[in-house]
Amino acid sequence: MKNLMEHMGLDPGRLHFSWISSAESTKFVDVAKKVTAEVKALESKEKKFVKTKPKVA
Amino acid sequence: MTTYSDKIKEISKRLLKEGKVDLVIGFRKGSVPLMNQPMFAKNEGDVDSFVWDSNCGINLANYVTDRSEKIGIVAKGCDSRNLVVHIIENKIKRDQLHIIGVPCKAMVDRHKIAAMMPGEIESIEENEADGTLTVTGSGFSETLNKAGVLQENCALCMHRNPVLYDELIAEEVTEQNPEEVDQYAAVREVENMAPEEKWAYFDSLFSECIRCYACRNACPLCYCPTCFVDESKPQWVGKSVDPADVRTFHFLRAYHCAGRCTDCGACVRSCPVGINVRALTKKLEKDCLENFDWKSGLTLDKRPPLDTFRPDDPEEFIK
Repeated sequence: MKNLMEHMGLDPGRLHFSWISSAESTKFVDVAKKVTAEVKALESKEKKFVKTKPKVA
Repeated sequence: MTTYSDKIKEISKRLLKEGKVDLVIGFRKGSVPLMNQPMFAKNEGDVDSFVWDSNCGINLANYVTDRSEKIGIVAKGCDSRNLVVHIIENKIKRDQLHIIGVPCKAMVDRHKIAAMMPGEIESIEENEADGTLTVTGSGFSETLNKAGVLQENCALCMHRNPVLYDELIAEEVTEQNPEEVDQYAAVREVENMAPEEKWAYFDSLFSECIRCYACRNACPLCYCPTCFVDESKPQWVGKSVDPADVRTFHFLRAYHCAGRCTDCGACVRSCPVGINVRALTKKLEKDCLENFDWKSGLTLDKRPPLDTFRPDDPEEFIK
């Protein structure tokens, strides 16, 4: 899936995979922080899969 | 191809007469040139409409999904591979099928031929002896070399002979030499592009899409009772031709075929506007081969890669 995203021209940094045990709450927090930071950084760079509302007369 | 057609008729008649099958699925001439239609023959009289020529590109495995009868089915290489996928995925039982194997001599690309002609095509004649096709329409008649107008997937095909069959209608054809055919040249071309170029490439590829879902309906893998694009609670993807919706549809449909697609080309053939849907599925095929050493539809004994776990599966993307 990640390969195909990249193949289509999406930044692979938009999709993250992680193994987190239910006991690893701190790891979950760390990963969530890291993912949001990375995706937010990309947001300014590329705007893709964005739909604009159709203009109604 | 008259020998092929005659043999198919002969075998189908015999199967129906002996009551070995309830119906035979094959091709008949289409209502428009270059597009042969699937046909279900339920009695001996129907059988005479069966034909075989270079326009039988639709995948007949599509029509056996969840059927309960005993079915005779005409299958070229890719159809037989999709029958294997169907059996693996429990969409049909092996003993329900009597597979009439057709060693395939490749199908022609209707989009390519239509683009080469100055007007609307009215008929196409095939001369098997010298490998040419004569295409006629109002005010023109042109002779083409069949080898030059093959469907791209047929030109790359490594399994022209059926992989699974009960009887063959002719001697097996010689398979292409894998050394000589570069399977993934087109995929690599896209892989080597910069991300923005890739995005633009697929944008222009899908720009013509009218969301008719012909590719999905022609695809033997797309047998979900309700496709994700048709669901409304929740609605996964918009039903418009907004580029974001179109791309979501093609991206996800392709991904659903990962490790299952046999590159039969039915999606491309059925597309009314000639989109090369295989641009996505071929990439998945390449990934499956590289990551899991997997080619779909070749054996009944192995489970597909997305269905199994192996300790040595690649996992460098998991952090």
